[in-house]
Amino acid sequence: MLGLNKSASKPPEETDAKRVQFNSRLLPYLFLAPQMAIIFIFFYWPSVQAIHSSFYLEDPFGFGSTFVGLANYTDVLKSGEYLGIARFTAVFTALVTFFSLAIGLLLAVKADGVIRGNATYKTLLIWVYAIAPPVAGLMGMMMFDQHIGPLVKVAAFFGWDMKVGLNYNDTAFAMIVVSVWKQIPYNFIFFLSGLQGIPVSVREAALMDCRSGFRRFWTVILPLLAPTAFFLLIINTTYALFDTFGVIDVMVKDKAANNPITLVYKVYMDGFRGNDLGGSSAQSVILMIIVFVLTIFQFRFIERRVHYN
Amino acid sequence: MHRTKLFDHVILMMGVFFMVGPLLVALMTSSHEAAEIHRNGLSILPGGHFVDTYTKVLTKEGGFTGKITGVRMMMNSLILGIGFAAGKIILSMLAAYALVYFRFRFATITFWMIFTTLLLPLEVRILPSYEVMNTLKLTNTYSGLIVPLLASATGTFYFRQFFKSIPDELLEAARIDGAGPFKFFIDVIVPLSKTMIAAIFIIMFVYGWNQYLWPTLMTTDESFFTLVRGIKQILLVWVGSNIPDYNEAFALAILAMVPPVMIVMIFQRWFIKGLTESDK
Repeated sequence: MLGLNKSASKPPEETDAKRVQFNSRLLPYLFLAPQMAIIFIFFYWPSVQAIHSSFYLEDPFGFGSTFVGLANYTDVLKSGEYLGIARFTAVFTALVTFFSLAIGLLLAVKADGVIRGNATYKTLLIWVYAIAPPVAGLMGMMMFDQHIGPLVKVAAFFGWDMKVGLNYNDTAFAMIVVSVWKQIPYNFIFFLSGLQGIPVSVREAALMDCRSGFRRFWTVILPLLAPTAFFLLIINTTYALFDTFGVIDVMVKDKAANNPITLVYKVYMDGFRGNDLGGSSAQSVILMIIVFVLTIFQFRFIERRVHYN
Repeated sequence: MHRTKLFDHVILMMGVFFMVGPLLVALMTSSHEAAEIHRNGLSILPGGHFVDTYTKVLTKEGGFTGKITGVRMMMNSLILGIGFAAGKIILSMLAAYALVYFRFRFATITFWMIFTTLLLPLEVRILPSYEVMNTLKLTNTYSGLIVPLLASATGTFYFRQFFKSIPDELLEAARIDGAGPFKFFIDVIVPLSKTMIAAIFIIMFVYGWNQYLWPTLMTTDESFFTLVRGIKQILLVWVGSNIPDYNEAFALAILAMVPPVMIVMIFQRWFIKGLTESDK
């Protein structure tokens, strides 16, 4: 969940914030050295490598590589399989983001409203935050298991013969449920703290002006929550795109052929199973561009339209 | 008014049921025998095999080479969680200190180079990162497991924000008293950052403990497996056998979630503060 961090949700301000600073030629570089060394070796080097190898075709037996220009990109973007996976990723991301935000918001509003048991609800609702995505996937496999899964039995009761792991749509459904389940606590925590940050005076004024609870929420509370909501929108999108890898890996169990997978999973499959270095790198670069666009979109548009209180 | 409150509680209870139910079922089911689970399905009541299942999972040697036990995986998870959290805090405090308290030539460019790392998660550059690790011969080592995860500068930003909120007067006073940069860091900054350090440690420990993709790529030697990394192996056993060892699979899943869940529960207040306020 910390992949693209919340700090990234705000454009950085001026670096030199302090009026008084130390003057030293050497010391700042000394303090920065460990961080910069790690960033160079494990961030910039592989990133440049990815861009570089996306223009080359690697020999499968490891004997050198040939420059192929944009061929890897056109191959990827022309492939029907890739486009299908891209479409699934878009749908998956939209649904996971929407439902985890909606349920998180609903629970936060309710938890903010009740007085009795407030702390207990809060404690119980945030547990799942601490669970790793693949462990969540394992829990999902158990709940949707053909033999013992209670959710399969519930579905059967409604005449739905659910076959998670075999049927494409059923697997997609289960993946979405598990991914939403895992992400609700995060949204809940942020919405609740956002709600608790709204001054009592504002709430009381709204209460006097407007008797309908729903309209009050819609016209007063929700706009005040907008900064939180937009920040969460980006975080949830990156979560659905990248951090659900563990959920998907556990739920498709290496049988990706007839199961839904996301773009990140495809990068992994092609790179580590298919040994297609060029294709996988081209896909990596495409993902990098998506993340970049997302971030720029966030800085340029969203930040401007949101009312800060 | 009264009726709406009741309705609120109903929704919250449904939420709790949805969130906590599966965890409870996993815990309870893990205390039954495999054959029993296969016959009767999942259970919400405790069975009589809690101790022997967990003893077996923790001490029995399993995996393909038979070298790995639950205890070993747990230790590896702890090493990853603690190593990652500690490394992150040390690196980012030093870097943030340099950025906030020093005037130097390449400050702006350094800042942007660090900022860029927040834009691209590890997942989009897994293959080249793996190649780099191969070149450096760091696969199947603890440093290979931990250090590359430190490359994202989230912590640096948390601490940078926090240092900026520390009043300038403190530095002025310290300078009048003749304190140099090292002394100021150790005697003023570190003590002031205690709560912040604790909050970030919790968040980062949970993050490190829960890593999956990177450990999957980095460790092929089973003696380096973490609990979360081992999940895949659990499932392979589950799929392969006639009566799957559901109980053992659940027990391992429970073991993989207990430490991070406990930490979040116990330090809930710090954890929420760290998560939501580091943004400001």
